[in-house]
Amino acid sequence: MAELRYAFFLGCTIPYRVTSYEVSARKVAAKLGIELVEMQDFNCCGLPIDPISHDAMLLLAARNLCLAEQQNLNITTLCTGCAITLRKVNRTLKENKELKETVNKHLKEVGMEFKGTIEVKHFAHVLAEDYGIEKIKQHVKKPLAQLQVSEHAGCHFLRPIEYAGFDNPEDPTVLKGLIEATGAKYFDYMDKTNCCGFTIIAIDDEISLQLTGSKLSNMHDAGAQAVVTVCPSCFLMFDVQQPRIEKVFGKTFSMPVLHYTQLLGLAMGMSAHELELDTHRVAATNMLSKIG
Amino acid sequence: MGAEQGTELKIKETIRSSRLDRNFPKEVMKSHGGEKLLLCYLCGSCAGGCPVGRLTTSYNPRQIVRMASLGLKDEVLRNNSLWFCTACFTCTDRCPQGLEVASIIRVIRNIAAEEGIVPQVFKELGSNILETGLAYKIPELRLKKREEQKLPPLPPSDTKAVDKLLEASGFLKLIKEQPKKEA
Repeated sequence: MAELRYAFFLGCTIPYRVTSYEVSARKVAAKLGIELVEMQDFNCCGLPIDPISHDAMLLLAARNLCLAEQQNLNITTLCTGCAITLRKVNRTLKENKELKETVNKHLKEVGMEFKGTIEVKHFAHVLAEDYGIEKIKQHVKKPLAQLQVSEHAGCHFLRPIEYAGFDNPEDPTVLKGLIEATGAKYFDYMDKTNCCGFTIIAIDDEISLQLTGSKLSNMHDAGAQAVVTVCPSCFLMFDVQQPRIEKVFGKTFSMPVLHYTQLLGLAMGMSAHELELDTHRVAATNMLSKIG
Repeated sequence: MGAEQGTELKIKETIRSSRLDRNFPKEVMKSHGGEKLLLCYLCGSCAGGCPVGRLTTSYNPRQIVRMASLGLKDEVLRNNSLWFCTACFTCTDRCPQGLEVASIIRVIRNIAAEEGIVPQVFKELGSNILETGLAYKIPELRLKKREEQKLPPLPPSDTKAVDKLLEASGFLKLIKEQPKKEA
């Protein structure tokens, strides 16, 4: 097994609004024996400005990759957007010599060079691939057998397949395996792999709310008691926007939204408070009473 | 920016060749991700799988690809619906011709930005990155709360390096100059 030590790329959304994800991930990682090493002076991965400047995105991403190269560590991140961006740029620069030269010309100005010595993986990817489902199961002290959950993996966990590349985006199984490892019952629902719409909420909020809302509606109808996410942006749509979505749909979902690290933390015997589940917009009280 | 203004990408009259910018497809194809633009045979797999297209007739990736390949530059660049793509990449993964449809949309957006069409949200995100290195300005209170949460302090970004890189990429002028026309 590879050394379980990673440069921890925090990104922007998590320290800005979704610290419950960071808190729960750090606690779970520590208990599993996965070391998360801080990255000093990292910057935005670049994805938010890719729509207006692909070149700017490339340089921002490349700088982060260089920081991890200097630490001689592979990167892991909790954000699917950061993960796909850094993965894509990392591979592109490794494969495209000409582009690498151009990028390095600019990086030289800030005293850096992209060498292509590391890999990038989302934290859930690390858990499933580097750590392993069987080993996770050994840490489950309190199987969540009473819990029925659905997943929203998030587009960039799965797509584009060319760069995400470790799950089938049309019929994903990685997050399902991770959820089932906690003992929880996994509930499928219609349009499971659809987008939450986060990236266009500032362009057209109506479309975004419809996208997340129809997913909430489908998983609610399927009988899910909670939804598990692995992306801070998707989380904001499902949790923070849920009251607005309920108004638009004229329906009450009261669907608790859990970061996968919280679900796993609960199964490992940590309390909801410890995992900051009580900081979410949608109360998880009912769900928690089911698991005792 | 509302959904109601100028979002219908409809060409009602005959398209005359004099209206086409023959250079535009070439412009798209020379950018990373836009290379396969002309391989599209209009099967509609992208539009069929598009989650946004299911909710609004205003956005149709096949139409944008077709208009770009014809050279209807202004019509494509100056339409709000260009910004409706969520970058979910379903179209890219399902395209039988291997077009990176979502990347083609991004290339076209990049060209629009160069022409001064930049939706406000990207100016905000861009300014935040210039100022702090991160896409959001993290409030003081949040930073202090990290102590209570027993989280390590958030390391400040090297904004000097970030700004230098953004300047080299030509990014500054996209968000700082007055746009010719608001998107």
